[in-house]
Amino acid sequence: MKKIEAIIQPHKLEDAKEALKNIGVDGMTITEVRGHGRQKGHTEVYRGMEYKVDLLPKVKLELVVTDQRADEVIRTLATAARTGKIGDGKIFVYAVADAVRIRNDDRGEAAL
Amino acid sequence: MRNSSFSRLRAFGSAPAKSAKSPANMIRSIQFLMLMALTAGVSLAQSIPPDIAKKLDDLDKATKNAQMAGDNAWMLTSSALVLMMTGPGLALFYGGLVRKKNVLGTMMHSFILMATVSILWAVVGYSLAFAEGSPFIGDFRYVFLHGVGADPNADYAATIPHQTYMIYQLMFAIITPALISGAFAERMKFSAMLLFMTLWSFVVYFPMAHMVWGKGGFLNGVLGGTFPAWDFAGGTVVHITSGVSALVCALYLGKRDNYPDESMRPHSVVLSVIGACLLWVGWFGFNAGSAVAAGSLATSAFVATHFATAAAVLSWMTVEWMMAGKPSVLGAISGAVAGLVAITPASGFVKPMPAIVIGLAAGVVCYLMVTKVKKMFGYDDALDAFGVHGIGGTLGALLTGVFATKEVNDLRMGKPMGLVDGDAGQIINQLIAVAISIGLAVVGTLIILKICDVVCGVRVTKDQETEGLDLSMHGEEGYNLES
Repeated sequence: MKKIEAIIQPHKLEDAKEALKNIGVDGMTITEVRGHGRQKGHTEVYRGMEYKVDLLPKVKLELVVTDQRADEVIRTLATAARTGKIGDGKIFVYAVADAVRIRNDDRGEAAL
Repeated sequence: MRNSSFSRLRAFGSAPAKSAKSPANMIRSIQFLMLMALTAGVSLAQSIPPDIAKKLDDLDKATKNAQMAGDNAWMLTSSALVLMMTGPGLALFYGGLVRKKNVLGTMMHSFILMATVSILWAVVGYSLAFAEGSPFIGDFRYVFLHGVGADPNADYAATIPHQTYMIYQLMFAIITPALISGAFAERMKFSAMLLFMTLWSFVVYFPMAHMVWGKGGFLNGVLGGTFPAWDFAGGTVVHITSGVSALVCALYLGKRDNYPDESMRPHSVVLSVIGACLLWVGWFGFNAGSAVAAGSLATSAFVATHFATAAAVLSWMTVEWMMAGKPSVLGAISGAVAGLVAITPASGFVKPMPAIVIGLAAGVVCYLMVTKVKKMFGYDDALDAFGVHGIGGTLGALLTGVFATKEVNDLRMGKPMGLVDGDAGQIINQLIAVAISIGLAVVGTLIILKICDVVCGVRVTKDQETEGLDLSMHGEEGYNLES
């Protein structure tokens, strides 16, 4: 099993969800986060006081899939969330040791 | 000059046909002509038939009642408008400019004064400000509002109940200290703020209001002042005193923790926009209401107020656009407030085009104050109470001496009112009024802050400041969106 963690532009969330649904992925967790990579943020000026705003709003999308599906899901996500501009975000992939469905104690891939 | 209706009535007495602008005056003129005709007629009969005399008397009473109803309706409306400037106007304007952990504490600064100053006013404040007394402070004849009833006080406003005049003036006494709170926002203890505002009303506001507007006041332009200054709606009394006191507070309390390194962005310019719009609307009560009647002088002040404000919005926005690269919304609304402040002393004395000039000047000068000068000196006037009210008020008071004209308000019976009329000396009187306001505000505020510091300490602890005034002072939060 692989955990896929994608940090994307908030306005691409709907596209990403739609694309994942189309390939049959139906479980995910979403968090509103702030952060930045190479993107520099912007400057705001209030009555002459300049404020550098470098932590920008992003959406973090987490999902766990079987090893066989991981590559397809990653490619789908990357395509759907891409605008081609700086600030599009990143995808991280982790190996998952186990999974448990709390409702009935299913383990491993059966719990996904 | 709240007392302008007084002079209008005097002018009316000497030349009734000339001043027949308002409907009430028109009726009076007709009445006057009728009386002339009747006297000519009855001189043949040698006596006025009693039924005609009674009719005339009734007509006279009806005319007076009609004028009082009209003027009183406008003055009660104006009173409500001026209260609306403090809450929600100023509360929203200031509330939006602070960080969200301080939004309630900041709004409370304005709101609690609506209650505190009201009670002070009823007990003794009105008397100290408006009773006849020395040139510097009133006596105690109106304590507990004794003698302040339905009968007009002809010295101040001959056509509205004395009680209306009193409640109208109260609204000014409320907003003035509320303006100061912009300077010490986000770091003053609530208890100290209450004590400070109470003492400040006694030491600075009541004497200053008496000097400029009270009968026999030192600076009263109409009722026998030594240095008659023109201050139609409170450039000196309200804006210079509060603005300068604000600077003293900012310096005495010191900067907010981590200022200017930590981000102290306004948490909601949206709230501030709503607040600024309410201030703009409320200000018509403030300035046009200061005619203390519903006649043409009120219209003139209303018009001057509006155009000056519009001009200041555009001038602030333009300078900011040129110097900082973008026309900010906060800049546009700050320009509006600067224009409103600057036109306040001039509103009942100047024509629309000079009003626009005053507005243009206010937008530019106040912009440079809050962006450049503040940075140069490094003081933390958190919400720019000094930069906008102190400086805008001073600019307006001086420009009143330049642009005041007898064509708008003929208080000197045909003699020049300001520089445009050919009297440069009025600028000196304006300067004296400005100097006295600044002096009283600086000395008074320093003494009061020292007293508050000894009694309860003026500043919150570092932990309380970090936590925010909402939680540490009031035990609440402004936004509980997850609840």
